[in-house]
Amino acid sequence: MMPPADRPPIEEQIAQWRAYLRRRRAIHGPDVEELEGHLRDQLGVLAEAGLAEDEAFLVAVKRMGSLDALSREFAREHSERLWKQLVTAPEAADESGKSTRSETLVVLGLAVAAALAIKVPALFGLQLGGGDEGFYARNASLFVLPLLTAYFAWKRGLHAVSGLWLAVPFAAGAIFANLFPFRAGSDTEALTALHLPIALWLAVGVAYVGGRWFAGGGRMDFVRFSGELVIYYVLIALGGGVLTGFTMMMFKAIKLDAGWLAQGWLIPCGAMGAVIVGSWLVEAKQSVIENMAPVLTRLFTPLFTAVLLVFLATMAWTGRPIDVEREVLIAFDLLLVMVVGLVLYAASARDPEAPPDFFDGLQLLLVVCALVVDALALAAIAARISEFGFTPNRVAALGENLILLVNLAWSAWLYARFLRARGSFAALERWQIAYLPVYAVWAAFVVVAFPLVFGYR
Amino acid sequence: MDLGKDLVAASATPLVLAILAEGTSYGYAIIKRVTELSGGHLQWTDGMLYPVLHRLERQGYVAAKWGAAENGRRRKYYRITKEGRAQLAAQRQRWQVVDDTLRGIWMRACTT
Repeated sequence: MMPPADRPPIEEQIAQWRAYLRRRRAIHGPDVEELEGHLRDQLGVLAEAGLAEDEAFLVAVKRMGSLDALSREFAREHSERLWKQLVTAPEAADESGKSTRSETLVVLGLAVAAALAIKVPALFGLQLGGGDEGFYARNASLFVLPLLTAYFAWKRGLHAVSGLWLAVPFAAGAIFANLFPFRAGSDTEALTALHLPIALWLAVGVAYVGGRWFAGGGRMDFVRFSGELVIYYVLIALGGGVLTGFTMMMFKAIKLDAGWLAQGWLIPCGAMGAVIVGSWLVEAKQSVIENMAPVLTRLFTPLFTAVLLVFLATMAWTGRPIDVEREVLIAFDLLLVMVVGLVLYAASARDPEAPPDFFDGLQLLLVVCALVVDALALAAIAARISEFGFTPNRVAALGENLILLVNLAWSAWLYARFLRARGSFAALERWQIAYLPVYAVWAAFVVVAFPLVFGYR
Repeated sequence: MDLGKDLVAASATPLVLAILAEGTSYGYAIIKRVTELSGGHLQWTDGMLYPVLHRLERQGYVAAKWGAAENGRRRKYYRITKEGRAQLAAQRQRWQVVDDTLRGIWMRACTT
């Protein structure tokens, strides 16, 4: 585009009008060109009739009709345009430095690399489904997260030096996942498999915010990104399931078993590649469609609150104690994770300046209910531990419970202050964001220390 | 004269098709022709023509092609198709019925 100074004023006006038109979602590039041609024809005729340039421009624009009415008419004729624009966002392409095409190539390359990476160990005799599940479970995140980090490092134009720093956590992760002599199927091995991705996700986050973790609103964007990625990943996984089902069915029809294809290639390679593709979709679509995670949060906050209230009332009414089974601690951990997620995503979609409303009260009620339920569960579990002693699973679950409890307790305090107009919502948002590394640090601690402390049990 | 939104919308299809039946044309020329034919009574908001043209294109009554204008810019030209001509004939019959009916009742009003 020419710099404004080199253009006559009328061109400047037309360019501005074109820019307004471009912003309308129902009016596409060729339509804008067609309308601009019309405007220029009109301008030519009016100028011949003796009007000054700017007068002619006013008349021509007026005759064209209001942009709102125009884009409404276009939307009525091309209603599909309000739905599309998802995979391709060509408008943004000419503004951002990196073109959509080269990004598509990078993403496809990384996705294929991730899909192939999971097959590399097979070359060294480590078979998926051949007794080496432990190895794959411990290393699953290491096949794809470095590539995802590389994608963001490339996209954000990260410096080579900071790129090398980002490689450190992955190298450390690879060492701690493979150095220890885990017993096959041991608890500590399962804990490493579960916690390593959480720890490494922080490294992805650092790349996502372009290396400046503490600057600006990048961290909240990373939270939003993570939530959307989960949703897209689930959707892609559903599609992958359908694909797998059809593959099995069709090969069965010609009396061939495609189980090895599905289990050895389709599912593992797809699961890895989908992380990259899903991330790219979230990146490409963030400005095009409404984010889903806050919508789901709005939907489920009242439902979760109602269920928790009913549960508490039932417990109080019947006097039944919590029966501490093996999985109960995990279940209550997951409940807290769910509630923290609801608080986090409600905060991510909220305007921090807005005054408290009904939904904020509901959030506080939800948090308080979760705290009460968790306190009851913890009391029951503490009794159990003092009776039967520590196991890696119990300590890990207890630690997580404590971390989430601290987060929620302080969130409840901040919410209460906000509702009584003693504090701002921004304080709650800051607290949630500042707390993010705690999860990763605890996860890293579990990966590094637990196998040693508990003797690879 | 203000014809009202509904009448303008209803007459747009036959009018555009009839103008294109005279020969290939483009947006601005079509608007000019409408003004000419109606003696300036029929004033369209210029932009509104394009959604109509796009609808006719989707329905297969007109075909569009990008070409060069005299001033060197790209311009989208529209021409009527066979289906368009059939549609124009059908529309013409319908408007004839409306016209005859109105004419009949108004002639009687004049004579009585």
